[in-house]
Amino acid sequence: MKKIVFAVLAVAFALSLPAVSETRLTPERSVLENGVVLLTSEQRALPMVMLHFLIQAGSRYDAEGREGLANLTSRLLTYGTRDKTALQISEILDFIGASLSTSCGQDVATVSLTVLKKDLDTGLNLLAEVLTASVFSPEEIERQKQSVIASIRAKDEDPGQVAQIKFSEALFPRSPYGRQVEGSEDSLKRADRAQLLEFYERFYRPERTILAVVGDISHQEIAQKLTQAFRPWKKGAAIKDSPPVSPPGPANIIRVNKTITQANITMGHGGVRRSDPDYYAIQVMNYILGGGGFSSRLMDSVRNERGLAYSVSSHFSAEKYVGSFAVTMQTKNETAQEAIRIAKEEIQRIRQEKVKDQELQDAQDYLIGSFPLRLDTNRAVANFLSLVEFYGLGLGYPEQYPELIRRVSQEDVLRVAKKYLQPEKLIVVVVADQKKAQIQK
Amino acid sequence: MRLLLGLSFFAFQLLLSAPLLAQTSRVQEFVLDNGLKVLLLEDHKSPAVTFQVWYRVGSRNEEDGKSGLSHFLEHMMFKGTNKVGPEEYSRIIAKNGGRSNAFTTQDVTVYFATMSREKIGIEIDMEADRMANALLNGKYFEPEKKVIMEERRLRTEDNPVSSLAEVTAAMAFTVHPYRRPVVGWMQDVESLTREDLRRHYQTYYAPNNAFIVVVGDFATEEILAKIKAAFGPVPRGPMPPKVKIEEPPQSGERRIILKKEAELPFLLIDYHVPNLNSPDSFALDLLSVVLAGGRSSRLYQDLVYHKRIAQSVDADYDGLSMDPSVFSVTAQVMPEKDPLEVEKAIYDLLERVKSEPVNERELEKAKNQIEAAFVFGQDSVFGQAMRTGQYEATARWQLLDSYLAGIRKVTTADILRVAKKYLDPDQRTVGVLMPIKEQNQ
Repeated sequence: MKKIVFAVLAVAFALSLPAVSETRLTPERSVLENGVVLLTSEQRALPMVMLHFLIQAGSRYDAEGREGLANLTSRLLTYGTRDKTALQISEILDFIGASLSTSCGQDVATVSLTVLKKDLDTGLNLLAEVLTASVFSPEEIERQKQSVIASIRAKDEDPGQVAQIKFSEALFPRSPYGRQVEGSEDSLKRADRAQLLEFYERFYRPERTILAVVGDISHQEIAQKLTQAFRPWKKGAAIKDSPPVSPPGPANIIRVNKTITQANITMGHGGVRRSDPDYYAIQVMNYILGGGGFSSRLMDSVRNERGLAYSVSSHFSAEKYVGSFAVTMQTKNETAQEAIRIAKEEIQRIRQEKVKDQELQDAQDYLIGSFPLRLDTNRAVANFLSLVEFYGLGLGYPEQYPELIRRVSQEDVLRVAKKYLQPEKLIVVVVADQKKAQIQK
Repeated sequence: MRLLLGLSFFAFQLLLSAPLLAQTSRVQEFVLDNGLKVLLLEDHKSPAVTFQVWYRVGSRNEEDGKSGLSHFLEHMMFKGTNKVGPEEYSRIIAKNGGRSNAFTTQDVTVYFATMSREKIGIEIDMEADRMANALLNGKYFEPEKKVIMEERRLRTEDNPVSSLAEVTAAMAFTVHPYRRPVVGWMQDVESLTREDLRRHYQTYYAPNNAFIVVVGDFATEEILAKIKAAFGPVPRGPMPPKVKIEEPPQSGERRIILKKEAELPFLLIDYHVPNLNSPDSFALDLLSVVLAGGRSSRLYQDLVYHKRIAQSVDADYDGLSMDPSVFSVTAQVMPEKDPLEVEKAIYDLLERVKSEPVNERELEKAKNQIEAAFVFGQDSVFGQAMRTGQYEATARWQLLDSYLAGIRKVTTADILRVAKKYLDPDQRTVGVLMPIKEQNQ
């Protein structure tokens, strides 16, 4: 085990993407013949290229009872194509020291490749195979099913994750957004090769794909190479895509018992979508409440003043079709009730009185000032560009961002706090040793 | 660690495991009159500058009954000076668009911020101020003690794998201070006093027991002038006591079983090895990649892919520690599989690398992986600063320049030799996490 345990004080605004006041991104955009939206940022400092695919093939497309299919599809992409076995694929990747990873979220699946410039063609050909000619052999399906089941169990070991899972289930009942991407042991059993192939054929299509390329290559050169390598990747049949309606579930207290020393608390309710015009005012308000690391009110009252928790934060997650608000903290079982009370008081306070002028300005200065600095790696830039496209923000977004934040007023902060913080709707999840925690209404 | 948000332990471990920095280093070294060493590396690919102060003090410098002292002091360093109020440091950095944090390891305590070139002077001034003038204010002492106890509950008590790592280290090292956890034993943390902190601060926080690393978008002359102006007046301190404790040779396997509420069994096998001052360190690095670097590696192929008895495996050579540390092999065991079976499969593979040379292509693959990771590692200014600092703390930063050359020289005979020498059953400590299930309500 490494000695250095570390985590970055990245005030993780999942979607409040960093901006570029001092633009070094020079992003370019084009649409390839097959429909892939290509975004690039030429970065010549290092002989490497990063390719990041965002494909609308997330778990929200899983039919009820078949949860986990999208995730299984994503995991199996690199486990065998028509021409190569799983082992051959990993041999090629490891021999050039490249990393190829896949992941599956609720809206999108991602495929990412980091490769040395000299090995780019090898990498591109492999990517093309993975995206057009995966075979989903029964043996590999079985292997991945076992692995997913193990990871579902492993999550159960982490009380913070258990709290998150229970919170999503309660927040979005009867919606794909309330379910786990991995599905359940039960639903996984039902997944078979025919379903996986069908999912792959339908959803892994170029017109459903955003591709961000960052590194030692020009827009034109990579566009040419992609057109060449991805010749077999054709548009699919049109899909009627109606995002699920997900009304938030009612206020509730959910207790999960575990033999642990701390209560892991997640409390929150519904939020807004990324396209909501109030999004920026909400980000500023939340920075002051609990998003701003050591500068936040929750950190002051829960950690610094009372020593109740090591970490406490609040977060507005604003996705394309759904949003949520949550406060997350851990405190010893015995002080769970007190920590919840204080968090509620802070939520009330920001709804009742205007924030101080200084607080507002500090929040704006951080959000605006840190924006370009958070785009400090090729990976961060690739991720940023793909999300800018996915949320339809436009390539001018980095230039607009400072103004979007700067024009938020104290009145705006109060207004959005009143409107989007809803104490009467709080779903409170407490994973703890319940005998010691004694959570009351 | 001041604050933990989001990033998982293992995600960051991966980042750190990758060797970083250019082949011909552009690091420039300066030493101020008070003994403070300054390492500067200009890198203009993003608008960020990372500034880090490394103190040569960590849990390695602590005594029985006082474990956790260095880490506690790290927390209290944020409670202000005569110029900067309690918790003001983080706020000032944030409102200037920066991100800051600190961490403590067995060997070092590091404070850092990432900001723009225009603002980095603010960080430089505040770091110089708290090198000499930290108040370690008594009023904030008791609440912060509670925070640290919550940190320990979160990261160790309620985390089965961390708990296993802690007890295994306590058995692998019987005399050397690496047997104690960085965060400290709970009872020790509880009994630490303000006077302990003050003495620790006076003993170890001085320019001649620290060094500075700066990487990013700055001009050397300009930033050096700022550093000299801020840190130059800080007086030299007496030379802190040296740690002279050596771990006596181990003769015979040691085993420890941890029973705890968990889902999957976990296995941790530590072998004593020298640090990067040994010429064997290059071969040990490559050995870890042959064993567990990528999906085509030996351990992954056998345990995860073919036998399906492990969910994940890893091999990690920790050469970046001041005193000899460990080569560790870890495995998360699949549900319903016997950890003893996994352990035996690991030993079978280790016996193979001890009895026959790896093939030439396998070695070439491992070298390619390390070289590519070296290039990818330069993508982040923070990562480059970390690696430079780790080399300087352990040995000399100049060793980084010859790192790749050293890797290229390694032969299959070298790998065989170090495997035989260090993967000795009598030199190992085995930790096994045995999950127990409590009755849930």
